[in-house]
Amino acid sequence: MFKSSQTHDVRSYLGFKTVTILCLIILYTPLLVVTVYSFNASKSITVWEGFSLRWYADVFVGPESAKFKLAAWNSFVIAIIAATVSTVIATLAATGMIRAGKFKLRPLSFGLISLPIMVPEIVLAVATLIFFNSIGFQRGFATIILAHITFCIPFAYLPISARMQGIENTFEEAALDLYASKKLAFSRILLPLMGPGIISGFLLAFIVSLDDFIITNFVKGAGVETLPTAIFGAVKQGIKPNIMAISTMLLMVSVVMVTISYFISKSDKTN
Amino acid sequence: MAGGTQGSGDAVSHTYENARTWLLMPSWVVLTFLALIPVILMLVYSFLTKEFRGGVIWDFSLAAYDQFFFDRGLFGDDPPTFEWTYITIFWRSIWQAGAATLLSLLIGFPTAYFIATRPAHSRAIWVFLITIPYWVNLLIRTVSMKFLLRDQGPLNDTLMGLGIIDAPLTLVNTNFAVQLGLFYSYLPFMVLPIYAAVERYNFSLSEAAADLYASKFVTLRRVLLPAVKPGVVGGCILVFVPSLGSFLAPDLLGGAKNYMIGSLIEEQFKGNAGNWPFGAAASMILLSMVLIVLIIFARSQAHREKGAK
Repeated sequence: MFKSSQTHDVRSYLGFKTVTILCLIILYTPLLVVTVYSFNASKSITVWEGFSLRWYADVFVGPESAKFKLAAWNSFVIAIIAATVSTVIATLAATGMIRAGKFKLRPLSFGLISLPIMVPEIVLAVATLIFFNSIGFQRGFATIILAHITFCIPFAYLPISARMQGIENTFEEAALDLYASKKLAFSRILLPLMGPGIISGFLLAFIVSLDDFIITNFVKGAGVETLPTAIFGAVKQGIKPNIMAISTMLLMVSVVMVTISYFISKSDKTN
Repeated sequence: MAGGTQGSGDAVSHTYENARTWLLMPSWVVLTFLALIPVILMLVYSFLTKEFRGGVIWDFSLAAYDQFFFDRGLFGDDPPTFEWTYITIFWRSIWQAGAATLLSLLIGFPTAYFIATRPAHSRAIWVFLITIPYWVNLLIRTVSMKFLLRDQGPLNDTLMGLGIIDAPLTLVNTNFAVQLGLFYSYLPFMVLPIYAAVERYNFSLSEAAADLYASKFVTLRRVLLPAVKPGVVGGCILVFVPSLGSFLAPDLLGGAKNYMIGSLIEEQFKGNAGNWPFGAAASMILLSMVLIVLIIFARSQAHREKGAK
């Protein structure tokens, strides 16, 4: 009796639970407060005047709605393209790294793939801007997409390669033994097995692209705005209630996407 | 950085060996042209002459690095004296990133430990709870933090309403606000590696220590901490490195007095006051600092692995 209570006790430290709860409070309070205040009827961000959907209406039909709608559309298009292209590139790269034998350049290749996350974001932003400038590439939508594809590749690669390492190649071997071509083994066996990893990679790349401010801010042309750059520009004049409504909606998008990826990875483990 | 090809013992099959070049080609091309060459070009730009109104003139010059370290007066012909402005900004960035790392460690370690000692089925939920905020747009998180901390913001209102303080605390535009913002930006990077290390930790070691009458604190310091040290160090680096070059938290929560490297660099490429070679030089110095930290870390890891064998 004494022994078991002591072995249980050796794991727990006084106060660690309190710190964990404190940690969750720090993490969630700012987001909850902004969500609550986005429903404030008042024009002032300080005074609470009752529940209203006024600022959500303002986001969609108010004076600044055109600007934010365009920015949101840009963000969405950029994120879809960047996530799709980087997921395809990352899937091919993972196959080349994990399913194509060992080769001399393998560590170098891995270094190249992880370069965008090793280099501080602001440094990559400066470097990309300088690159486009020196080759005379006009800054605009295209430069944003190219930059996003680049920094999304490692984020797509990590879950995809982790998944591929977890799949034994016996399935493909069996297909090849039954006279399937390598292309067929890849598209009918490996890719379907890779499904959850590819979806996680895509979602991660999508969120990272949607999230980006610094690199976009450097490589976007004048007049092209994504949601983060538009929000940043607006916040510089002060936090207004419509910004809180936009923030709350974006917050919901993130939470939904993370929840989806959580359940994908969970269902994956049970299989 | 995480995952991928640690060690050489990972499973690699040969199925698509013939197609290897074609499989890797797209990533090589994209990353060479849009990441590697740009970084090399940035190094080149840092040694060029600045063009007024942004851009560069292709003449070799050490002016950017000279400006960083030396003051030669208004017309550039005074004898050089040491220039502290930019070194101070870098020093402040290191200090702020360090403080944010410490804050993340002080809160992140107990949290990670607590989660790792939950029953197996509930750990995933706890990890999920800690990581959700990380997936919310960083700009929105930082703005939310600013909204909460404002002089007339909900935090001050609540504290005054409860009678804890009489006058609003000034929190925005302080060092502490920046540290809190950085903590908020990168906390999961601290929690996840420590969590993974504690989860692998063999608790019979703690039990053995307890049986030998070690106090809980001694067990923590002499048995648990050395065992989970790689996770702790990894977490610290994952928080410190992005904090060092961060832009949003210092810009929105720090204000002009708490200027950090990120804002210094950004300023060189925006508007008319820009000095591209100087911005490139500052970026190179930042990149070198990050690489030094990573190399020291990689070496200590390699040393540790060797010691384990």
